[in-house]
Amino acid sequence: MRLKLVPAETNWDFFKRWRIWLGISGVMMVVAFVSFLLQGLNYGIDFRGGTTIRTQSAQPIDVGQYRAALGSLDLGDTIISEVFDPSFGPDQHVAMVRIQALDGQESVSAAALDQALVALQQVAPDLKFVAVESVGPKVSGELIQTAVIAVIAAIGAVLIYIWLRFEWQFALGAVIALVHDVILTIGVFSELQIKFDLAIIAALLTIVGYSLNDTVVVFDRIRENLKKYKKKPLAEVLNLSINETLSRTMMTSVTTLIALVTLLVLGGDVIRGFVFAMTWGVIVGTYSSIFVASTILLWLGVKRDWSKPNAEAGTSVPQQ
Amino acid sequence: MLIIDLWKRIVIWGLCALGLALALPNAFYSRVESVNDAQMAIEMGADTPENQAAAAQWPSFLPSGLVNLGLDLRGGAHLLAEVKVSDVYDQRMKALWPDVRDILRPERATIGTIRLQNSPAGELHVKIANADQIQTAVDLVSQLSRPIASMTGVGQQDLSVSSQGDTIIITLSEAEKAATDDRTVRQSLEIIRRRIDEVGTREPTIQRQGADRILIQVPGIGSAGELKELIGTTAQLTFQPVISRGSDANAIAGAGNEILPSLDQEGVFYTLDAAPVVTGEQLVDAQPSFDQNGRPAVSFRFNPTGARKFGDYTADNIGSPFAIVLDGEVISAPVIQSHIPGGSGIITGSFSVEESTNLAVLLRAGALPAGLNFLEERTIGPELGADSIQAGKIACIVAGIAVLFFMVASYGLFGVFANIALIINVGLIFGMLSLIGATLTLPGIAGIVLTIGMAVDANVLVFERIKEELKSGKGPARAIELGYEKAISAITDANITTFITAVILFAAGSGPVRGFAITLGIGILTSVFTAIFVTRVIVVTWFDRRRPKTLEV
Repeated sequence: MRLKLVPAETNWDFFKRWRIWLGISGVMMVVAFVSFLLQGLNYGIDFRGGTTIRTQSAQPIDVGQYRAALGSLDLGDTIISEVFDPSFGPDQHVAMVRIQALDGQESVSAAALDQALVALQQVAPDLKFVAVESVGPKVSGELIQTAVIAVIAAIGAVLIYIWLRFEWQFALGAVIALVHDVILTIGVFSELQIKFDLAIIAALLTIVGYSLNDTVVVFDRIRENLKKYKKKPLAEVLNLSINETLSRTMMTSVTTLIALVTLLVLGGDVIRGFVFAMTWGVIVGTYSSIFVASTILLWLGVKRDWSKPNAEAGTSVPQQ
Repeated sequence: MLIIDLWKRIVIWGLCALGLALALPNAFYSRVESVNDAQMAIEMGADTPENQAAAAQWPSFLPSGLVNLGLDLRGGAHLLAEVKVSDVYDQRMKALWPDVRDILRPERATIGTIRLQNSPAGELHVKIANADQIQTAVDLVSQLSRPIASMTGVGQQDLSVSSQGDTIIITLSEAEKAATDDRTVRQSLEIIRRRIDEVGTREPTIQRQGADRILIQVPGIGSAGELKELIGTTAQLTFQPVISRGSDANAIAGAGNEILPSLDQEGVFYTLDAAPVVTGEQLVDAQPSFDQNGRPAVSFRFNPTGARKFGDYTADNIGSPFAIVLDGEVISAPVIQSHIPGGSGIITGSFSVEESTNLAVLLRAGALPAGLNFLEERTIGPELGADSIQAGKIACIVAGIAVLFFMVASYGLFGVFANIALIINVGLIFGMLSLIGATLTLPGIAGIVLTIGMAVDANVLVFERIKEELKSGKGPARAIELGYEKAISAITDANITTFITAVILFAAGSGPVRGFAITLGIGILTSVFTAIFVTRVIVVTWFDRRRPKTLEV
């Protein structure tokens, strides 16, 4: 008895409610965008500058006491939060202290860190700093710039590659799906106020890669079927192609999600944000390659006769 | 047809075996690491029986390359420093004054008296009495200018001399500034490397980044603060004539002089001639030692040029004090008792033994040509790194088992084939990482876990294709053949696009993110290889032996 994620033979109509799917995606993107505008992202020190200290102690953490201990030190704005993780031992209590970057100061001085350690050891004598990271405002500004350039460059490169291998409609469809994925991911980070740092940018690029992988597999089948069924309406060809690849799409998404969810649970808190972004990205990416990329393709129409170059573009918006 | 040439099979299995052999040392990480250390020690000349015994722990015919662990896994310190390149302009200008004075002095009859003005940083202002002769003076000073010896600045002069009323303004030319910047950063890099080597830590990374930045990563060091103490000190040592000693920091220094505080006596300030007699650059050696009274001190030796200058100066100035200045603070200002000809001496001050040892290291390694600004610093404790590795390992194993199980449940025997390929795939990733000496970071581990999930994709594509071909009534052999044939275009397109993003990630990212890009990129290569070659060989071999009438994928 084999495990089957989808029935062996499917003939679902993915475009019957294509307006609804595009509508849902559109609304989600608007929500994500508004959330980004209103709340903004919870930038980590990579992008905002400042210092984070990860402390560890065998004693339970009282954030108020920590705050009181550091309050007298004149470190500037500090945010203290306790970190919980299933992988921690029973007497492992971890807190993150974040100190805002001060104007004109590149990084926190060693003396200030020593003072902070001494002050916190008054509260918990065995407390240690297990990691200290400090980024000056000059670098953080550049990091934002590089990150934005990287995401745009990735999307641009992909646009060109798909355009070369397929047609411009395919490239546009894939890229709109990618932008959709990236915006929704940023929206989730803004809505849930999860720390947004350099690693999340890496995750975003991975999502771009993954979503694309999915989209390209569907597109590849569409290209093949367009050659095979020259007379079929475009909507039917697209539907057929998605149905044919559905089993593969689900298999790959599920194996990838299995791996990612394992990492999410067991991988420790240091990379949780990063893994969360990827997990979310895989779900959104799978959705978008079926419901966004292909729908855009249907909407734009594609060249039908692949045997002759430069033929006119074929059918456009599906007949309802 | 379903035939794979013998040589192809040999190449495929050979590559797998090679990759796995390269990956093998990582399974015995700490043992191989200590063996490598011992071997290194033997090569360096420490051929002791202990080292021999340690080196014999791992057979020498096996590869011993390991995956480097990134700072976030091993613990250590990371610093990004910016070299204050403009510091050098100022030093150059200060040092230029004696030359300017010497070239103008013989012409005093025409240009009148010359006087050094207080100049803004990086400029030298000289006032002459006869303002109408300014052009003569400018021409004379211009003779000091030398052509630039650099690739880009051919035919340009290193000084730019202009005049304003009765004042000559001397600065470095733009071309010279560019050439100086480059030299300054390269020198700084070299000196930082020497200082870090002096304290002997394992595998430090010291790299130039961009025009004026240096990235320093030292695994195993306790904190970025320690590292900063070592490399943040400029250690500019100068010997300067003392003009007077006082207690007012704001006293008027007079042109060509500077006021510097004493290192250990609070409230004491020295007025010094800004042009040094000798500098630390002319030192050839510095060692921690003790003075006659048994207090820690640093003994030093000059090179011949320095020794001569020092000898001449001491011979001419017996009875007057001179100051030993380190990074803008006067360590001590002894009175010259006699001519010191040998070019060696001793610096005393109120040092602790540790301080004198440190100072000797810094002086020996040389002074940084300019100060450093620290833009970014990260310290990761070794415990946190160990926790991360542990968590990563567990996640890898659990994810691997879950995916293996899922594949068997979905594809039966073919799932087993895909799983063999998956296991080989993970081995190959480690083999490749060891081979190219890449650095594994925490996001890199995430990359491997992600690859475990995605690696089956290519196999899934093929299997689904075979299923379809079977459904359309093809025989088993033909279905397998067509499955591979037709899936290949989807596999290449899908993986090339992902690979593009990995390359961009590598180019734009740094540190941990770059580590992620590497594992992702390598993972794509190895998973395509295992899916279209390894699984295929397995499937074909199985098919040859069994010749099944029907196929169940």
